[in-house]
Amino acid sequence: MLHRSLKTLAIVVAGLTFIGCSNTKKTDSAAVVDQGAGLSQEEMNAKAHGAADSAGFQGNALNDPNSPLSQRVIYFEYDSSDVQADYRPVVEAHAAHLAANPNTIVTLEGHADERGSREYNLALAERRAQSVQKQMVLLGASAGQVRTVSYGEERPANPGHDESAYGQNRRVEIIYAQ
Amino acid sequence: MRDLLRTLTAVLALWLVAAGNAQAILTIKITQGAEKALPIAVVPFRAASQLPVDVADVVAADLARSGRFAPMPAADMPSRPAEFSEVGFQDWRLLGMENLVIGKLTPTPAGDYEVEFRLVDVYKATQIAGYKITSTAGNLRLTAHQIADIVYEQLTGEKGAFATRIAYVTVRQQGAGQKLYTMQIADADGYNPQTLLESPQPVMSPAWSPDGRKLAYVSFEGRNSAIYVQDVYTGERKSVASGAGINSAPAWSPDGARLALTRSRDGNPEIYVLHLSTGLFQRLTDDPSIDTEPVFSPDGSRIAFTSDRGGGPQIYEVEVANPAPKRITFSQGDYNARPRYSPDGSRMAMVNGGSGGYRIAVLNLRDGSFEVLTNSTLDESPSFAPNGSMIIYATVGAGGTELAATSIDGRVQQRLALQEGEVREPAWGPFRK
Repeated sequence: MLHRSLKTLAIVVAGLTFIGCSNTKKTDSAAVVDQGAGLSQEEMNAKAHGAADSAGFQGNALNDPNSPLSQRVIYFEYDSSDVQADYRPVVEAHAAHLAANPNTIVTLEGHADERGSREYNLALAERRAQSVQKQMVLLGASAGQVRTVSYGEERPANPGHDESAYGQNRRVEIIYAQ
Repeated sequence: MRDLLRTLTAVLALWLVAAGNAQAILTIKITQGAEKALPIAVVPFRAASQLPVDVADVVAADLARSGRFAPMPAADMPSRPAEFSEVGFQDWRLLGMENLVIGKLTPTPAGDYEVEFRLVDVYKATQIAGYKITSTAGNLRLTAHQIADIVYEQLTGEKGAFATRIAYVTVRQQGAGQKLYTMQIADADGYNPQTLLESPQPVMSPAWSPDGRKLAYVSFEGRNSAIYVQDVYTGERKSVASGAGINSAPAWSPDGARLALTRSRDGNPEIYVLHLSTGLFQRLTDDPSIDTEPVFSPDGSRIAFTSDRGGGPQIYEVEVANPAPKRITFSQGDYNARPRYSPDGSRMAMVNGGSGGYRIAVLNLRDGSFEVLTNSTLDESPSFAPNGSMIIYATVGAGGTELAATSIDGRVQQRLALQEGEVREPAWGPFRK
């Protein structure tokens, strides 16, 4: 919280000079987008596993590559905010993790593809994030643990202008607070 | 006039300092001209010394860009008169040249220029207009745009919009995966670009205040959308809407006292009017659907916006005093969004989507006729010139997102491209006061 306040203050101070304003270093969320841009088609198509068996994994389940918790991106159909059945196990796993760790906070970043108007897409991407949020809360996470933010079409994972790029850009990214 | 220009010069100098260094210039290419463009010769202005700006060249380029004039190349001109008495009318008549613009620049003792020009009717052998304008060297481009405005108005009967500015967003790659977003303003011909804001986080939705002094926009620098209002001359700015949910889509009221905008702080995007003097928000919509992209009608009585309350996105309108939404797009396809009224309120530009893609369309609010003006697949963000003659918008070209402009009848088409990076979300500013 203090960190956030300091950042806000830094932005205000930098704002007085404007140029180079808000030159706030690379953010965590930006790094996530970068990773998204590098997803291969195979990774893109990778579906969620069944219930995870992470018994053999020592440490935080979030870091277990075999857990559905390792999947942090949910993709959407065109002009839709419905979470597809394929992603249900992912949402369930994250909701269960949040329910078991009440101090953990997650941000759901909603994104849209570039088709259509930007401001409408900002609203559409928010609706996607809220759709995942609602499911997580229904599945046991508390409302205060799951925040949403919409970036609309402003931060595409793939800068292309074709169907394959659009499929990677219609997404909600699940970002755990560090 | 002189005092006014001096004041303007002083203000501009301040703005340059506040706004920072020039960025890459937008280059404009006319991709389709009108068939019945009026022939005109803008004769190179006479001057004793080399000038920083070729005034006649700027005037001719402005007139050509409107699509309504076909300026003669200087190399084809039979003579280069600078005074009315020097015009050989017969020579110009033989070339079919109906109008001439002639002029000269004289240095003043104060170091400025006295720019004298005349608009001449070749067939009647009369002077239509003649003006003397004092300009600093730094303001010569602006003076040239003002001359083009006068010529345009004299010959078309419609106010010129060359001495105006545009705002837009640029995006450049900064190494591995890092992007730099900027909010910029430039002259309507792409020259004199100035950076108002640079950020590693997205910026969007620039909107000019009616007096052209302020820009409202959305910035994600606080890791969520927030609306800022920035003075374009001093660089001073403040956040006017932030906090949970979406804070976006600002649009000024015609009196400059209010902003229409979108907020989703209560869980769902709704249209609000923010009273800037008090900071109070007045909620206009209440519906579980998406309501966004508000815009005031030119008389300030109504607000049009995008809503998907009927299933897909369509345009609705409310009376500000009596906010009961009425749908205004019906049979124009499944996707109509981001409305903008023409300055006279007779038309509405919007993004029209269909199987072929997303294009800029105009709905005639008087007779209900509907025309799709563009033919790319990813066109968005239409913005009317203040004289209503052109619409500037964003499209996807060979090098990524670039700007384009079309006349409201679709006959004249231009592309405005950046040499490096993407440029999008154009907003055409008001007439200079």
